[in-house]
Amino acid sequence: MKLIIKNGRVIDPANNLDGEYDVLIDKGLIQAVAPRGKISARDAGSAKIIDAKDCVVAPGFMDMHVHFREPGFEYKETIETGCDSAAAGGFTTVAMMPNTDPVNDNRSVTELMISRARAHGKIQALPIGAITRGLKGETLSDMGDLKEAGVIAFSDDGRPVMNNQVMRHALEYSRMFDLPLIQHSEILDLTKGGCMNESRVSTELGLKGMPTEAEDIMVYRDIALLEKTGGRLHVAHISSGESVELVRRAKAQGLPVTCEVAPHHFTLTDESVRGYDTNTKMSPPLRTQSDIDAIKAGLKDGTIDIIATDHAPHDLVDKQADYHSACFGIVGLETALPLSLRLVDENILTLPQLVAKLTSRPAEIFKLDQGALGVGKQADVVVFDPHHEYTVEASRFKSKSKNSPFDGWQVRGQVRHTIFNGKVIYSN
Amino acid sequence: MNLAAKDILGTQQLSLEEIEGILDTAVSFKEVSTRKIKKVPTLRGRTIINLFFEASTRTRTSFEIAGKRLSADVINISSSTSSTVKGESLIDTAYNLEAMNPDILIVRHSISGVPHMIASHIKCPVINAGDGAHEHPTQALLDLLTIREHTQQLAGLKVAIVGDIAHSRVARSNIHAMLKCGMEVTVVGPPTMIPVGMECLGVKVLHDLEQAVSQVDVVMMLRIQLERQNEGLFPSFREYSNLFCLTVDKLKHSRKNILIMHPGPVNRGVEIALDVMEGPHSVILDQVNNGVALRMALMYLLLGGGSETDH
Repeated sequence: MKLIIKNGRVIDPANNLDGEYDVLIDKGLIQAVAPRGKISARDAGSAKIIDAKDCVVAPGFMDMHVHFREPGFEYKETIETGCDSAAAGGFTTVAMMPNTDPVNDNRSVTELMISRARAHGKIQALPIGAITRGLKGETLSDMGDLKEAGVIAFSDDGRPVMNNQVMRHALEYSRMFDLPLIQHSEILDLTKGGCMNESRVSTELGLKGMPTEAEDIMVYRDIALLEKTGGRLHVAHISSGESVELVRRAKAQGLPVTCEVAPHHFTLTDESVRGYDTNTKMSPPLRTQSDIDAIKAGLKDGTIDIIATDHAPHDLVDKQADYHSACFGIVGLETALPLSLRLVDENILTLPQLVAKLTSRPAEIFKLDQGALGVGKQADVVVFDPHHEYTVEASRFKSKSKNSPFDGWQVRGQVRHTIFNGKVIYSN
Repeated sequence: MNLAAKDILGTQQLSLEEIEGILDTAVSFKEVSTRKIKKVPTLRGRTIINLFFEASTRTRTSFEIAGKRLSADVINISSSTSSTVKGESLIDTAYNLEAMNPDILIVRHSISGVPHMIASHIKCPVINAGDGAHEHPTQALLDLLTIREHTQQLAGLKVAIVGDIAHSRVARSNIHAMLKCGMEVTVVGPPTMIPVGMECLGVKVLHDLEQAVSQVDVVMMLRIQLERQNEGLFPSFREYSNLFCLTVDKLKHSRKNILIMHPGPVNRGVEIALDVMEGPHSVILDQVNNGVALRMALMYLLLGGGSETDH
């Protein structure tokens, strides 16, 4: 089916494009990106028209860090509901973490995830394989076999690879496959029993803290290893200002390190934990204003490459518990855009820079053929109104889980249409 | 006097006027416990539930006696008999208890924030009887009542709180309340037991007990939990006692009228020497005695103060 997206502002960082263009889509592919009104009547033919007045037209967003809980925890989320949630957030490509049950540390789980995504998912959901078998941090998974089955990166996310020798071997071994290792950086002996950032607030609330050093030490260790081993390191959900500085220095040395930040880590501080709302509990935890300031500086100067949500759905039974026992994590796909647009309002990023961190940059790091609007590319497109104001209603999320600290927030920026493979899969 | 909030969850939320009002009310209830017939009809027909998820003798008994001396029906539920061991969630337990129309729910839990979570889900007033390392407001208020009895006024007094500050809800509740009352607070202990950002609360930090006690009017010793040694917060009890046990020797430069307090239960010889505990400066048993009157006052104030006949 033919589709024309007219009257929008096209932002396509991969092709350095920002302006008034119309986009012609047919047979699942981008057929033309032409200056406004220049798509000929003959080409347009009987195309369905999407009027993108006041909207931005961009490549479909890419979120390289989601938890879709299937197999094993389907009561929290399935690949199907996760993909629905992604589509509602404007995402057309996501990468699914392997901390499922069973763990995605072998070909059969990888194949199951891929086939579920193809059968039910509206979008492209790609699996990430485990670095170590069972996420135990002891023995490397069969990385070669996993790559052949279709994983696009390796991670033990939720758990760090604590053992230095194992991490060194993982970096060395992964060189053969040229896939990044995504590290959840946390020295566990420093965070044992912790459930929030260690700070004045944790002291007042009487909750065990998780100090930023726990993150910094592991980021430092991994960078130190990387200098000798080669391989590619991607630091997941960076939350500590000091860790941002460590990545900045490593990049200046020319090391192959990249990193991501989750919207909640540049939006909320640990002050939100007052009142013990378990939707403020995540790992890494919400930090302080000085960490947020450092993260914003890192986003601005490019130290932080991409924005990823760490979408972590949890059912009410996992969250309606005391703060210490409640599960870590929040859903993020359906609030990522409005929260990230605040960076544009604050002049941290330009709109094209923000779009790049959600499209072209993740495509580069993970060597994916998405994230651009070039002619002949698969037509994955998002149309969003950056100015539309509304109230976040978690109960209306497409995700199976509603665990969000942003419920009730007044925000700006709404997805109008999400198009995957030339088909409109979400409209609002 | 009326309390602003439905619940008593912490001293951090209480105003100076509320603290003074509670202490004054407690003074008027002290007399009841000295009578031969230790009972007034104030809360007759009212139901008070003690919901204790953590072991307690002193605090639970104190709440129970306080309720009974006001003629309330007091029910005790301890963790071994509660449904949570059968997997029922905290919230469900709270809903079920509320469905039986109690007038006050008194909650103790080993995890910070649990009384707050329960209070936010039910209409019945909740008194926090200690949550994790967060707050223990009734202990702090009875401590203030005890100090005030001996010094007449609180403003300007200097206090040292000594021991495992990091894990102490008694310390936190006292710090909030004492600062509101115009007192100066110093916390004393090994750096491993002083949590980050302590100075931000408005207290001084010292690591030398003898120096600290030479400067203060009141010294409050905290109980050392046995398991903290295994966590590596101090090397041994012997070493801890050498440095932080309150002995006659460490008191040699102290003020003449210094008050010595301990919220109990005491590890004799670990954080406080026996002769100091039983010596002339110790007001430890006054604290226990005042606990009953203080808790009577809170129950009375939460259930509408003097307007009993309106119900």
